[in-house]
Amino acid sequence: MSARPIATTRSAAGMPTGRLAVWWVIASEIVIFGGIIASYVMFRLSHESFTVDAASTKMWIGATNTFVLLTSSLFAVLGHKAAEEGDGPKAARMLYLTTLGGLIFLVIKTFEWGDKISHGHTLSSSTFFSFYYTAAGLHALHVAVGMLIMLIVSQSAKRNLELHRVELIGIYWHFVDIVWIFLFPLLYIAK
Amino acid sequence: MIERLVPSSATFSGDIDFVFSLIFWLVGFWFILSEAVFFWLILRFRRKSPGQRAQYVTGELKSEKRWITIPHLLVLVCDVFIVFFAVRVWYDVKQALPTAPDQRVVRIEAQQWAWTFTHPGPDGVLDTADDIKKVNELHVEVDKLYHFQLTSKDVLHSFSVPVFRLKQDAVPGRVIVGWFHPTRTGEHDIQCTEICGIGHALMPARILIETPEQHAAWMAENATLSVAAVADR
Amino acid sequence: MAESIPVAHPHEHGHAHHEPGFFQKYLWSTDHKMIAMQYMFTGMAMAMIGGFFAYVFRMQLAFPGAEVPFFGLVSPAEYNALITNHGAIMIFWVAMPVLIAAFGNYLIPLMIGADDMVFPRLNRLSYQIFLISALVLLSSFFVEGGPFGGAWTMYPPLSSNAEYSQTPIGTTLFIIAVGLEFIAFLMGGINFIVTAMNSRAPGMRMYDIPVVVWMIVIASILFMASVGPLIAGAAMLLFDHNFGTAFFDPSRGGDPVLWQHLFWFFGHPEVYVVLLPAVGIVAEIITVFARKKLFAYKTVLYTAFGTGVLSFTVWAHHQFVAGIDPRMANVFTVTTLLISVPVAEMMFVYIATLYGGSIQLTTPMLWALSFIAEFLIGGVTGIFLGASGTDIYLHDTYFVLAHFHYTFFPIAIIGTFAGVSYWFPKMFGRMMNETLGKIHFWGTIIPFNLIFIPLFILGAAGEHRRIWDFTQFPELAIEPLRRLDQLATISLVVMLAFQSVFIINFFWSLFRGQKAPRNPWSANTLEWTTESPPPHGNWRPDEMPSVYRGPYEYSVPGREQDYWPQNVPN
Repeated sequence: MSARPIATTRSAAGMPTGRLAVWWVIASEIVIFGGIIASYVMFRLSHESFTVDAASTKMWIGATNTFVLLTSSLFAVLGHKAAEEGDGPKAARMLYLTTLGGLIFLVIKTFEWGDKISHGHTLSSSTFFSFYYTAAGLHALHVAVGMLIMLIVSQSAKRNLELHRVELIGIYWHFVDIVWIFLFPLLYIAK
Repeated sequence: MIERLVPSSATFSGDIDFVFSLIFWLVGFWFILSEAVFFWLILRFRRKSPGQRAQYVTGELKSEKRWITIPHLLVLVCDVFIVFFAVRVWYDVKQALPTAPDQRVVRIEAQQWAWTFTHPGPDGVLDTADDIKKVNELHVEVDKLYHFQLTSKDVLHSFSVPVFRLKQDAVPGRVIVGWFHPTRTGEHDIQCTEICGIGHALMPARILIETPEQHAAWMAENATLSVAAVADR
Repeated sequence: MAESIPVAHPHEHGHAHHEPGFFQKYLWSTDHKMIAMQYMFTGMAMAMIGGFFAYVFRMQLAFPGAEVPFFGLVSPAEYNALITNHGAIMIFWVAMPVLIAAFGNYLIPLMIGADDMVFPRLNRLSYQIFLISALVLLSSFFVEGGPFGGAWTMYPPLSSNAEYSQTPIGTTLFIIAVGLEFIAFLMGGINFIVTAMNSRAPGMRMYDIPVVVWMIVIASILFMASVGPLIAGAAMLLFDHNFGTAFFDPSRGGDPVLWQHLFWFFGHPEVYVVLLPAVGIVAEIITVFARKKLFAYKTVLYTAFGTGVLSFTVWAHHQFVAGIDPRMANVFTVTTLLISVPVAEMMFVYIATLYGGSIQLTTPMLWALSFIAEFLIGGVTGIFLGASGTDIYLHDTYFVLAHFHYTFFPIAIIGTFAGVSYWFPKMFGRMMNETLGKIHFWGTIIPFNLIFIPLFILGAAGEHRRIWDFTQFPELAIEPLRRLDQLATISLVVMLAFQSVFIINFFWSLFRGQKAPRNPWSANTLEWTTESPPPHGNWRPDEMPSVYRGPYEYSVPGREQDYWPQNVPN
């Protein structure tokens, strides 16, 4: 039961199974985030009051976090390159650095949200903040899950096993990045 | 066809009934035809002896495809026809807001679980001292144009008058405007047609479409009461 | 396309040191066939619960205020909870698991010549999450305040504010159950899509894939593309209900109609998500029992794709009178009537497949044919509702309900019985009893029509939905209409009684049925080339099939046999 099925070794669509699967996962995530973002945009367009609340998000924190995530994606790319070259231990190290980036992102966010909450901006204080916390929170959840998976993948990678998974988790991480690139302007820049 | 089951008591109810009948006959034709062909084929090509061989038909030849594409296009034509008539009725009922020099207005407020109808009273204006508020009773005069202002105090409800064929959801936080023009006197059901909680089935109301005399009498009797009620405060 | 040579396994499954124990074999299996069975049996158990609820609320309608046998008196709150959970159960916990997850899991690897799904452990996890979602829903029946009763559509503010619904815990559990079910199917979908795209047998080109496999894959894609916004919406609803947000609360700047858009953007494609697999099952059956090639296979695929794409453009026909901009309604009338075209075309193609056939009216064929006859009624009655002008009157009446039961019942019930009676020999290695099968068929179909035709008439007479008792409405409380409601209820009871014939047939055949050969129906598709039931791995690793032709080469002129299996070289 633990042996992989023959089915996984075939690739009639021309793409390895794992990669095909990750792209489909990403497609479904796009629709979920798309739903929240579309709802937010529609609300924003019809509620003038949002501009008042939106003004209180601090762009420089958002920008720092954007920089952190983009850098972490760079490490993910380097990890993929190492995996392609067959250097498992190096790939694992790159994954650790990517995960570190994710951790820094979450720590900054924790301080940021703590500060906001102490100023009275909570999930239910206004509709803008309801959207803000829901969208950014869903994103943060995906960052955390990505970090976890990355650590698991790195454990096999450092022993030169399942190196193809480095690319797959990298694809997922880039997606998480791109979602943030949409959220950042919507929540932090557009005032 | 609906008029056989439910009286038709508004200017537009007959129009809605017409579209229903139109769809019934057009769609009914295709339905009967498809089912007839379907059953005929089953009977005609039933296996009557073991080893009875079937034909090899790919359906890719033009001559074969024609049996599908032609009905398919005819269905499309019927659809266009139906769309035209349906949109026309929709426009009349929901997009247009006719006016008349003697038009009336009424406010309808839905809540868990009752209807409050605010009639403007003899002065014909809402939100004045002679307004008549009734719970679960809507009094209107026949042959007069009415605008209604519909809202909800809590959850979604829906204002439905089957004899008018009229329906409109009541959304909290919004006032939705519509119209009707009763053509027959009578007393009929008003329904709530959007599930609104435990009492959804327990908020029936009645519409009383009255002759001018009946309506004037009702108004006179109730208006004095409400003016008096206001004066007493 | 490039296909790899199957790798021979160094050790044979089943020849290992120990046979898998009960737990490993039945409860913890990663074998797609076992997971399929888990979904099927769970779905059928939920169907009994959903069916029981229908019995209770229809008894209340027919005999208002009377004690319902096996339930007792039905209060207004209980009535609302019964209809709510009946709807949700039938769609999310019966139609989807049986048609997509059970048949999908069972058939896809077998029909494409693979030994399992590509992610067996993810597959197992998806069932486990699904099972948890079912248990969460069932638990909502026993909590303080009772189960959620705001209809399967969960419109706020009723659903977002416990003061309005009076079911604080029930609502939360309902939303969580639905959310978990969505996640389970997103996970399952990955398996179906990737396996079907990638793991086909050598030689199986796109147009050699059996229609039912295509349909389940397209359905999975449709589901995945449409459910996202509703998952977001469900999170928003949960937050409104439990954490004081105001996404849907108009008094604090929210919009209840936003929920409706999020819901129906998913809700409409969802009906095609369940339709397509059923339609796929029908295709497999009518080709086999008419001994005929499917008429215009490519057209069937194009109509399926077309329907899928168009299904994203029709959603607001559920909201014509909801307070949307009236001008928008016209757009949706056009798109809704347009979508009837590919669906009608699909039906025409199936009817055309019968032409020139050699039709055997076996139990599976009776079910497959009745699908077409009954679904046609569902389809044509949809026109009345898609036309905005008539929908003003018919919205939220029993006309709507009869329409969607004439679509859902063929999909979920007829489709299931068709599929089960057809693949039972493969699944369990036994033949079902034909006589009992036919009795069950007629005992289901005839009462079915007697339930829902009266409901069309009642709807046209103005009877509105989700109403516990019509005696409060003088124009609906009249004798002729009450009699129609009673006719519908009695027919339901008769129909439910006949389901016992199926249960008897199913279990008796399971243990005592005649042993089934590999290919009892002389069919072409790959599942019939292996044993009944197939072993773990479906074929021996060195006997995995290759494919040489399409799946519907029946009655090919010049050939002695009237079928030509896909895996036979010539």
